Amino acid sequence: MGDPALSRRGFLAASAAAGLGMTALSGCGGDSDGESSDGTTTIEWWNISTTEPAKGVWAGLAKKFEGQNPKVKIKIVQLENDAYKSKMTALIASGKLPDIFHTWGGGVLKQQVDAGLVEDLTDKTKPWADGLLEVAKEPYLLDDKVYGIPFDIGMIGFWYNKALFKQAGISEPPTTWGAFLEAVSKLKSKKITPIALAGKEKWPGMYYWAYLAMRTAGAEAVQKASDDKDFTGAGFVEAGAHLKTLVDLQPFQKGFLNAAYSTPTGQAAAVGNGKAAMELMGQWAPAVQADSGKGLGDDLGFFPFPAVEGGKGAITEVFGGGGGHALRRGAPQAAVDFLKFFASEATDLELVKKTGVIPVVPNAESAITDPNIKAVQAQLNAATGFQLYLDQAYAPAVGQEVNDSVAALIAGSKSPEQVTQSITQIAKEEQ
Amino acid sequence: MTSTFLADKRSGQGTDLPPPEKVRARGRARRRVLHWLTAVAFQVPALVLFIGLVMLPMVFALYAAFFRWGGFGMPSDYVGTDNFTDLFDNPVFLGDLWRCLVLVVLSLVFQLPFALALAVALNQKLRGRAVYRMLFFAPYVLSEAITGVLFSMVFAPDDGLADHLLGAVGLDGVGGLWFADPSYVMATLFLVMTWKYFGFHMMLYLAGLQSIPRELTEAALIDGASPWQRFRNVTLPLLAPTLRISVFLAVIGSIQLFDLVWVTTQGGPDHHSETMAVTMFQYGFKRYQVGYASAISVVMFGICLVFALAYQRFVLRRDLEGATTTMRGDGK
Repeated sequence: MGDPALSRRGFLAASAAAGLGMTALSGCGGDSDGESSDGTTTIEWWNISTTEPAKGVWAGLAKKFEGQNPKVKIKIVQLENDAYKSKMTALIASGKLPDIFHTWGGGVLKQQVDAGLVEDLTDKTKPWADGLLEVAKEPYLLDDKVYGIPFDIGMIGFWYNKALFKQAGISEPPTTWGAFLEAVSKLKSKKITPIALAGKEKWPGMYYWAYLAMRTAGAEAVQKASDDKDFTGAGFVEAGAHLKTLVDLQPFQKGFLNAAYSTPTGQAAAVGNGKAAMELMGQWAPAVQADSGKGLGDDLGFFPFPAVEGGKGAITEVFGGGGGHALRRGAPQAAVDFLKFFASEATDLELVKKTGVIPVVPNAESAITDPNIKAVQAQLNAATGFQLYLDQAYAPAVGQEVNDSVAALIAGSKSPEQVTQSITQIAKEEQ
Repeated sequence: MTSTFLADKRSGQGTDLPPPEKVRARGRARRRVLHWLTAVAFQVPALVLFIGLVMLPMVFALYAAFFRWGGFGMPSDYVGTDNFTDLFDNPVFLGDLWRCLVLVVLSLVFQLPFALALAVALNQKLRGRAVYRMLFFAPYVLSEAITGVLFSMVFAPDDGLADHLLGAVGLDGVGGLWFADPSYVMATLFLVMTWKYFGFHMMLYLAGLQSIPRELTEAALIDGASPWQRFRNVTLPLLAPTLRISVFLAVIGSIQLFDLVWVTTQGGPDHHSETMAVTMFQYGFKRYQVGYASAISVVMFGICLVFALAYQRFVLRRDLEGATTTMRGDGK
């Protein structure tokens, strides 16, 4: 992922702001619609595609759009995931967002919408957005209004190294939690690190708890818990207990508590370099493995999160989300045109072919060649339930508390009960 | 307005000719006005920036600390001192205070004496003295972010330079998880802090040492003082003002520590290296609980202010009274 110091720029800017008092920013940010005297409109496009090949492909698409629209200039700002989230917080305080910005939908987007910062796209995009994949559009649909256009949809699952599994004598990817724990033990007995985890970043750990909760309590119960602001139900405590069982097997790489996700010593690189047998990650995992490590090529396989014996959830219920773009309120028409361009069949075909995303334009499906991406796509098509990433679905304070308490559970300082209590407490405080 | 005022004065001077002493008095008055105007002209830009970027945000943070506020619009949900009472119930924040104290103590007990020893050594006649001075000062010039990234690699378990070095001298397995171990993360962090800042304190001490007149040490030498006695009774007391400033900087630096922690550990594992500034960032920029984060910044500000005032009142005052020349209150 290039020089990690670069991605810290956002942190530096943010920390400088923090030093001045967090609220110093609220007065800044002038208003301009980006139109210069010669009639050219400049639109700012903030995204999180900092890894190749997406980084280059996206820049190429922006050039192509500029070619088709000579009076429009696109200024691309690329920030690493966490830096982007921090920077957006500062921008929100200033009351002005970039013309086009990355969004995951859900609770975070809702806060931005409630603050009146996001353009309602319902009517402006209707003619062409109707044909996009339904499940992909869901996270951006708030109170029946469209606030974002997806370019990617996907799900979390296990990405595993077939060669290492074979070496440990595991013939079939596990479909039940019991078989999964057994596979972990088998890998350990062969001195293979079973799982890579980015403990420093907390969100990858949350996936385990969220999936286990979906498997024990069921996707519907997870939704209900969020609506009722009560996560103390038996299924959730059980989910934490299952995770604890896994953690007690010590399946993670050495020093995982300080490992990042996409750095050269991080989670993705550990799997990509064959140092760990699997990771629980989204559909972007193969690309990041190849970018921060060597990549596994044909040895890489995918299997859905196993079902928990006696649990209410099915293995076909998926946890995931996608990527989308939203517009700031009052963004120029050119920004809407760009979204249309980005969601066109031609663009989606290119994205699917070159960056390995799962298509949001149904016709682009034919372009998938990677068997793993096909497997993910098949899972998504057959999904019987869907839950958006918890740290995006919930209000930020609640989402962060989920990440934080699950990280504490993995580090051994919180019990499964305490995790559910902390999350419930914060959820109740946030109305 | 200013120019017309001055022009009026000048034209008035031209028409009726006053007696010479009045001209002098008027000249003095005019000079005083000019002097005052110059002072204002030079201060306004700095004052505007200071008030706009430092004072107003500080006052606003103090105001926001009494609200439950997510950072959107203006704060409206007044909660009194709830944020502060919650804060002192929050185990993470209480841990921050404890870790801050640990860092301060470690700095005073290890980092500063180490820097002092080096400064004394490099104040002797020594081959390549300038090179050493430059080398030891170099880490201070690096940005904290770069230092953080660098040491994240150095202390990567197994693959990092630290473990390789230990392995090379036959100490395999002595190196542990460094930043990834809740019990050792603070020690690792302190190691990096020391690496980064000892050169700065060393430079301060070197400057202080060079201002000590050589005659005093020579006189002590003639009186038969041993090297330790010369250091203890001549050098150290005369270096005291520099030491006091360096202690002050080290303490304030420990209270405000952020960048290094954020880049290396983000406060982890499990909050074991979190500082007040990191907690503030987490609440303000990750959880969008800006009111709560403001309360943290207010407490931080309060701690710094109380420390700075008390330190000036009780410790630095001696410098103002001429402790440098009279050596009054020598450690008693």
